[in-house]
Amino acid sequence: MKRGSLKLLGGLLALAFASACAAQNIKIAILGPMAFLQGENHWAGAEMARDEINKAGGIQVGGAKRQVELVKIDTNEILSVPDATNAIERAITRDKADVLIGGFRSEAVLAMQEVAMDNKKLFLGVGAAHSKLGVNVKENFERYKYWFRVAPTKDTDLARTVFAVLNTISEQMRRDLGKPEPKVAIVAEKAVWVEALLKAAQDTLPKMKMSVVGVWQPSATANDVTAELSAIKRAGADIVFTIVSGPMGIVLGRQMGELQLPAVAFGINVEAQKDGFWAATASKGNYVSTLDTYSEIEITPKTVPFVKAFKERFKRAPAYTAASYDAIMLYKDTVEKAGTIESDKLVPVIEKAAHTGTASVLTFDANHDPVFGPGKVTGIAVQWQNGEKVPFWPNNWNGVTYKGVRPIILPKL
Amino acid sequence: MFQDILVTGLVNGGIYALLAVGFSLIFGVARIVNIAHTAFYMLSAYAFYFLLVKVGMNFAVASLLAVVLVVAVSMLCYKLVIEPVREHHAAVLIATIALGLIFQESLLIGFGGHYIGIPGAIDGFAAIAGVRVSYQRLIILVVAAVALSGTWLLLHHSRFGLAIRAAANDLEIANLMGMNVKRIAMFTVGVSVGLAAIAGVVVAPVYVVDPLMWQTPLVIMLAIVVLGGLGSIQGSLVGAFIISYVEAITVFAVPSGAYLKGAVALSIMVAVLLWKPEGLFGVVFEEER
Repeated sequence: MKRGSLKLLGGLLALAFASACAAQNIKIAILGPMAFLQGENHWAGAEMARDEINKAGGIQVGGAKRQVELVKIDTNEILSVPDATNAIERAITRDKADVLIGGFRSEAVLAMQEVAMDNKKLFLGVGAAHSKLGVNVKENFERYKYWFRVAPTKDTDLARTVFAVLNTISEQMRRDLGKPEPKVAIVAEKAVWVEALLKAAQDTLPKMKMSVVGVWQPSATANDVTAELSAIKRAGADIVFTIVSGPMGIVLGRQMGELQLPAVAFGINVEAQKDGFWAATASKGNYVSTLDTYSEIEITPKTVPFVKAFKERFKRAPAYTAASYDAIMLYKDTVEKAGTIESDKLVPVIEKAAHTGTASVLTFDANHDPVFGPGKVTGIAVQWQNGEKVPFWPNNWNGVTYKGVRPIILPKL
Repeated sequence: MFQDILVTGLVNGGIYALLAVGFSLIFGVARIVNIAHTAFYMLSAYAFYFLLVKVGMNFAVASLLAVVLVVAVSMLCYKLVIEPVREHHAAVLIATIALGLIFQESLLIGFGGHYIGIPGAIDGFAAIAGVRVSYQRLIILVVAAVALSGTWLLLHHSRFGLAIRAAANDLEIANLMGMNVKRIAMFTVGVSVGLAAIAGVVVAPVYVVDPLMWQTPLVIMLAIVVLGGLGSIQGSLVGAFIISYVEAITVFAVPSGAYLKGAVALSIMVAVLLWKPEGLFGVVFEEER
């Protein structure tokens, strides 16, 4: 009887100890479409950060070191926005996450933002570009102050980067190909995140001495653009300016290659950012170029080591949602400075942060969006050249050249 | 622009026809509204990818085997899922929706949500009336023509075809005349899904293969068969090209509204139905039967 009581007591103590340890962990919910590449990268970046932090003893909160515990939350947001809101609700109420990191599709993240703000939970966005996410903070600070966008830059800043790169390409066309006013065909999928970029392109390109020969807007899920490409060929476009995140990005690159369309494709093409793009286009996606986030070039001192470590561990290059790594590291720095994990006390610390991440130096504006510009967030541009994704921009843009960039190749037009 | 529309509409019409004719066939014979029809098309594209790229088979063997496998799966599904509820149309509808979603989720688990590209059989393009058409697309057109002609021959010049047409004419009478209508229905499912599987194999090297690729053609296919007249093979063929040309005209005439091509096609369907509620060939087909 006595022995039995001791065993029971021992068991209870062990249970209490385990619970106490678990309670000491900082729970970070990683939100993403886990069956898709975006979610896989959210998770992979987070795993790297977790392992690095835990190996070093954890996050210093006041007088104690606390380990990081990741909670994988599959938002399924590519297929269903309601699934995403249910998922974030679960992360907050059931999993008791201390901080929320991730999101991808703007429509879903806008909905998830509401749930996070209802619960006054810090939400570090990694994936969605729509300006409205940041505008919410400015318009109703008290409610939305817990939202910060870590990556990518907001859509209007993406536009600034895109136009800067387009300017470089058009100048090269004028110089090398003798085309004084390159013709641009805009191919933009029909989606919320595209709207601001599209309007900006239509307004800005003529001012940059480029003529817009047409705007084609297939559905976001289109997987055939031969009709559009025939029309673009007829319009005599020199540049196909892409604003696409879905499967169309692959089909466009592939069909341009197959039909030998005499034009350069550049813009935002999320599929072209992925390692698998070359295989997906059956090696036809030569010269397709896009904005990107990661490459083995020195954006910050952390970029090359991170990309190499990522490749070694996951056997593929990181996509932009792997910036969940930066989000966790930013959170760690913030918590250690504030000495607490209370969201209200972390917000002012993040607002003043200048965090050197793996793809940028993060500082935040009044909308809690990352500040764009030289020495802050610039992004990079890459081009597929014979199966290799080659970074070509920034190359002497506002004094910025990242070590390792190579020239863009213009196909024979 | 005219020649662009002509060529684009023709090639896409061939793919739509393969899907819609198969769908109409099984509806005509067994009154089965098979919502999973385009899911079999997707399954075939994945089977082809797996056999060609992962297993390393050659193009012809992988194509043939993918079609055979998917037809076998469809007949199994018919036996296990559809036949037990065949008399209840709503139950068939729900069961086939469930089948489609099961295939989608299974592929999502098995292959992930990645967009997969498959190499084509022949590289390069031909210029037809100044319009560049890749050889792979021309293969689609040829395969569609052969498959549809083969189906026509099967229906009109074979005993099995006669049985299918008899069952389509009146299932109960065919049953009373001693025909094994269950077996006819099952084999018709095989032929019907076979056409979808052929479509899946030929489009795989042109489109992107992903677990959602069955949804868009499903809507278009339903529009085609309703436009042509439910159960009318002739109507499906004509409807496929009407919808395909409407889409092509939309893209060329209103580039910034290219995403509306599906909506415009559906509007045309609604307009035709207001004028002829039975669809373009509904009455003619009934009379034929």
